[in-house]
Amino acid sequence: MSHVKVELKPEQVTKIKEICKSFNNNPGELINVLHQTQGAFGYLPAEVQEVVAAELGIPVAKVYGVVTFYSFFTMLPKGKHPISVCTGTACYVRGAEKVLDEFKRILEVKVGESTPDGKFSLNCLRCVGACGLAPVVLVGDKVYGRVSPDGVKDILNEYAD
Amino acid sequence: MHILVCGGTGCRASSSDAIVEKFKSELAANNLENDVQVIMTGCFGFCEKGPIVKVLPDNTFYTQVKPEDAAEIVKEHVIKGRKVNRLLYLDPAKKEHVSDSKHMGFYRKQIRIALRNCGFINPENIDEYIARDGYQAIGKVLTEFDPQQTIDIIKKSGLRGRGGGGFPTGLKWEIASKNKADQKYVVCNADEGDPGAFMDRSVLEGDPHSVLEAMSICGYCIGASKGLIYIRAEYPLAIKRLKVAIAQAREYGLLGNDIMGTGFSFDVELRYGAGAFVCGEETALIHSMEGLRGEPTNKPPFPAESGYMGKPTNVNNVETFANVCPIILKGADWYSSIGTEKSKGTKVFALAGKINNVGLIEVPMGITLREVIFEIGGGIKNGKKFKAVQTGGPSGGCLTEKHLDIPIDFDNLIAAGSMMGSGGMIVMDEDDCMVSVAKFYLDFTVEESCGKCAPCRIGNKRLYELLDKITKGEGTMDDLDRLRNLSKVIKDTALCGLGQTSPNPVLSTLDNFYDEYLAHVQDKKCPAGKCKALMKYVIDPEACVGCTACARNCPVNAISGERKKPHSINTAICIKCGACIEKCKFDAISIK
Ligand SMILES: Cc1cc2nc3c(=O)[nH]c(=O)nc-3n(C[C@H](O)[C@H](O)[C@H](O)COP(=O)(O)O)c2cc1C
Ligand code: SF4
Ligand code: SF4
Repeated sequence: MSHVKVELKPEQVTKIKEICKSFNNNPGELINVLHQTQGAFGYLPAEVQEVVAAELGIPVAKVYGVVTFYSFFTMLPKGKHPISVCTGTACYVRGAEKVLDEFKRILEVKVGESTPDGKFSLNCLRCVGACGLAPVVLVGDKVYGRVSPDGVKDILNEYAD
Repeated sequence: MHILVCGGTGCRASSSDAIVEKFKSELAANNLENDVQVIMTGCFGFCEKGPIVKVLPDNTFYTQVKPEDAAEIVKEHVIKGRKVNRLLYLDPAKKEHVSDSKHMGFYRKQIRIALRNCGFINPENIDEYIARDGYQAIGKVLTEFDPQQTIDIIKKSGLRGRGGGGFPTGLKWEIASKNKADQKYVVCNADEGDPGAFMDRSVLEGDPHSVLEAMSICGYCIGASKGLIYIRAEYPLAIKRLKVAIAQAREYGLLGNDIMGTGFSFDVELRYGAGAFVCGEETALIHSMEGLRGEPTNKPPFPAESGYMGKPTNVNNVETFANVCPIILKGADWYSSIGTEKSKGTKVFALAGKINNVGLIEVPMGITLREVIFEIGGGIKNGKKFKAVQTGGPSGGCLTEKHLDIPIDFDNLIAAGSMMGSGGMIVMDEDDCMVSVAKFYLDFTVEESCGKCAPCRIGNKRLYELLDKITKGEGTMDDLDRLRNLSKVIKDTALCGLGQTSPNPVLSTLDNFYDEYLAHVQDKKCPAGKCKALMKYVIDPEACVGCTACARNCPVNAISGERKKPHSINTAICIKCGACIEKCKFDAISIK
């Protein structure tokens, strides 16, 4: 994978340091630190991980190990409108796969990718717990229930601007 | 008068916030805002018909309410005392409206212990919890019993862990209480990784204090002053309500130092998961809380000896904790009078899949699958035929028609080749391909395996590849033997519960649906019509009237033909999406 180097601005470095400090630079709080850092930056590129590692006094490899272990953390930026298709069991048996296929087809991306214009990114997620509405799709924080392949177009059209 | 609006994740996704606002403004417009209270509660359970609105005191149960219905409910029901019939539940068998939930098939056989407050109280108001006997159990324990007496009550009640293993809870507490240490921990496992199970989330969203109170009782029993809740980051609403609950309990002196002036101190903090199923396993969970990769370690040592930060730690599931306070208040004998000989009390199940009434139910142990699926669940969607029910999530198995009448409990489900798991129950119908279902679970396991041990990391991948081969029509009879043998090896040699149970979906479908595997391997056919590689969409020229509906809806323009003349499908282009079949009104398209 080609890696685009990210230049962190001084205020961004300060922000990461502040987050680490709020957890007393305690390596045991690594996961909480990463949650907040991702909340602030949207994703966790290598450069961000390096700052976190230095602040908590642990090897970068350890931070990287944790980031890549947990699916909630991502090293790639999400699209402006991140789309998540629930592929939990309840959604699967109610046809989530077809919905996912339709998103892939229309957006011409694979799961985990963003559209070239950075507008949409497509991901799968396991169960938001709204199984009564299966199959479920999330765009940002908005939940769409009982989505059919036909309805995919309409969802995307809501974000046409 | 009270108007209760369901504020669970499912109903909120369909606008319960707007419904609450609308009720408030309608009431204000009629100068009723002081006479009628609008409360957003936790989940009522009947998610299929959400958003749900309940009007008290007459217990009227409105289904699929929209914000614009608020005006009519206020005008008709609140002011004139006339129920709004069109929003009442329609009993599908009797074709009658039912207004009181007690008389609905969905609720009739339920007994609510863990979910006792869900849908009754505002989870963000501690006073409402207290009004329903909240924080009485901890008061009783602190003033009337010593730790061992309390443990004895839990032991006698027969409560077993609801996180999947079914380990006796009282015994677990006793072991932790006997290990000496300067610090011990009570951990609540709210990782709920089984996709399709959402009972723990509903308890935390609907009744967070019941878990906090039970954790304090556990702390008193084992001698711990610190509690930690490990909760998935994917549950923002549950996290928010827990935070509110913890703050309120601290303010009331029900968490913190010297609780109720008894000298007992206990406080609770939250720790967040980050999307890894294996972190539900207790040793992995503890490593994750320590800021590490969530990889399991060998037991022993058990957490009760050496857990969080190397200290004795008692890990229990959310639902296990939710049962504790009622046991203390109503007694062990009351609790053990419910259920079967070896599994006492109730179990919460998340009913989902091809069933009419999707939702969250709490039923006594010993109820049959038939009662759950056909009476409570209202049977199979669209009048289709029942095929299988999957219990126990990725660690469980698929049960069939012949298992419908066994009483559900921990031991019977294992004997039938599945397990209780956390309580997910996914119902499948004739259209579901069981080989694909097994493949779906293996896909999950391969993704979620932490990779620490070879049988799980490599073995499951091979299982997945074999299943994939079969669904593509390339499987051989040898592959079927290989599936079975490899499954057994993985079960015997994997390090943690994830790998030890991951072949269960394969083994149970091989046992119960061997014919279907044979059809894929020998006849190269998928009887359910699910496996794309094995099917071909064709238009019957006799039945086709040339209406062009199919051609207009084909996303890849694979259908050609003139108006009013039979159409045909170019199978080289067709992506087998099925859109044409749904659009054809003349049943001219079929899967061959
Ligand atoms: C792979 C795996 C995943 C698990 N996931 C969960 C879970 O999500 N929630 C849970 O409470 N227990 C889960 N468990 C069970 C826990 O290890 C542990 O037994 C349980 O939290 C103990 O609580 P209990 O005795 O109250 O059931 C899981 C176990 C395994 C092997
Ligand atoms: S069985 Fe799987 S999840 Fe468990 S330790 Fe081994 S590799 Fe990790
Ligand atoms: S199945 Fe889909 S792709 Fe194939 S012909 Fe029908 S509509 Fe077109």
